[in-house]
Amino acid sequence: MSSIPMEYYLILSAFMFTVGVAGVLIRRNAIVVFMCIELMLNSANLSLVTFSSYLGNSIGQVFVFFVMTVAAAEAAVGLAIIIAIFRNKKSVNIDEINIFKW
Amino acid sequence: MPQNNYEYFLLMPQIIIGIGIVLSVIIEITTKKSEQILPWFSIAMFLATAVYSILDINQNFVLFGGMIEVGGKPAIFNFIFNIGAALVVLSSIDYLKKYGTYFGEYYILIQSSVLGMMVMSGARDILMIFMGLELMSICFYVLAGINRKKFSANEASMKYFLLGAFATGFIVYGIALIYGTTGSTSIQNLSENFSVYSTNIVFVLGLIIFLIGFSFKIAAVPFHMWVPDVYQGSATTVTGLMSTTGKAAAFSVLIVVLTAVFGSNAHSVTRPYFATISALSMVFGSMVAISQNNLKRMLAYSSIAHAGYMAIGLAAGNAYSIAGIIFYLTAYAFMNIGAFAIISIVEDENDSRVDLNSFAGLHSKSPILAAMMALFMFALAGIPPLAGFFGKYYVFVSAIQSNLTWLAIVGVLSSVISVYFYIRVVVVMYFKDSVEDFKITISSFSLAAVVIAALFVLVFGIVPDTLMNVITSVIH
Repeated sequence: MSSIPMEYYLILSAFMFTVGVAGVLIRRNAIVVFMCIELMLNSANLSLVTFSSYLGNSIGQVFVFFVMTVAAAEAAVGLAIIIAIFRNKKSVNIDEINIFKW
Repeated sequence: MPQNNYEYFLLMPQIIIGIGIVLSVIIEITTKKSEQILPWFSIAMFLATAVYSILDINQNFVLFGGMIEVGGKPAIFNFIFNIGAALVVLSSIDYLKKYGTYFGEYYILIQSSVLGMMVMSGARDILMIFMGLELMSICFYVLAGINRKKFSANEASMKYFLLGAFATGFIVYGIALIYGTTGSTSIQNLSENFSVYSTNIVFVLGLIIFLIGFSFKIAAVPFHMWVPDVYQGSATTVTGLMSTTGKAAAFSVLIVVLTAVFGSNAHSVTRPYFATISALSMVFGSMVAISQNNLKRMLAYSSIAHAGYMAIGLAAGNAYSIAGIIFYLTAYAFMNIGAFAIISIVEDENDSRVDLNSFAGLHSKSPILAAMMALFMFALAGIPPLAGFFGKYYVFVSAIQSNLTWLAIVGVLSSVISVYFYIRVVVVMYFKDSVEDFKITISSFSLAAVVIAALFVLVFGIVPDTLMNVITSVIH
């Protein structure tokens, strides 16, 4: 287990988080944006599991279960919202969903 | 430390709401007229919880192995959430028919979101904060788009969902870093050893990411971009709920987490951050609100500005400022729910009649609505002797006590700017002739909600000491 240093996992997790944030800011398809958000949550999960393993306490792993459950609930609601949008607009491109402007 | 069985008694507010949600679902499934039963059932439940919380305010314990706190500050927050939600439900009864979402699920979602807020305000462990936050947020995403046939509601719901989930991503990553450096998710541990942790750069990074996530939730600049669209597109009563109780819940978490910071005098980490976002929010919110014609959108920008005023208290970070924030949140809840309830009465079926023009000459159409709207606008602007004035007064004084005089000056200046757009509504209602010709059908339930909110605004404005004494007595 401890043959791979903790930093490797953390760097991978930070990289995944950055990819997620960049994706949310750059991509225009609502579903892809949502996938990037899931990537952010999962990078946090990776960090939590890593810390849990190397600190030798289980709180982090328990936390991951809660995060996964919440992510599933969020996915259910989020996809329902995206479907509602698609029914009305026939598109899930964020740039076209812009009836509110100041 | 209370006995094991006694813990459940102390947790009664949360348990009442929890059982109530299950019963509501059963009512929804088994009866055909759930939309007529559930509002009254919800109101009864919210009032029972609010009363129970206030009666138990001195029973301040941390239960279940340091997971959740009851009594004290959480009791006051429970009071805000429950009374606020009860008023929102009262004003929704007739509004929902107009809005085309006359069904029972709406009330169940409100109940669940209130349970989430109550978990958040009592949380003494980051895990509880996260669970409460998500329970509240997911209900709000659905509530924002409760009418799936309206494209405006869809858009509001999707923007809220994407940016809310984005903020959740930040919060979880921040929690992961905090956990990694402290080895625990307990806030007790955080507050005891904060001075040790605060030298660790990863810990500070995690804390800042966590605070950024919550800055999204309180709608502070520069994390505010979702607020105007979501508040404008959602059902008006839902906006009233999100902008007041949702903000109060997010602030309750910030207060709990930052109390850990305040205890060890490590202001250097959080003070610059909160001073910056509070100054930006106040100035930006007040300036942009001036150019708004749509009242819901104007109140959204004013909500950003109010988040700024409250964040002054977080930057100041002393016991007096915490009391000030809680007072401000209570006052703001009643002012804003009242104002949104009035808009929901005037609004018509197609989301129109929410512009300034529609309010022109409101005095001649309905003197009571005009008078109440004027009262809420004066309160939001912070004109004494209404509750909004004392909220601002307490946070400004706390800023000066903490040598943040510049922030108090920025706050006073932006309140002066904000008087312009609040008073403009009053001027339009009383001194302009009616532009659009329509009849307002005033629902007696909504009017009752407006009047109750107005009474709270008046009482807390005329005798602020009663509430302030209660709040300061529970802050250690």
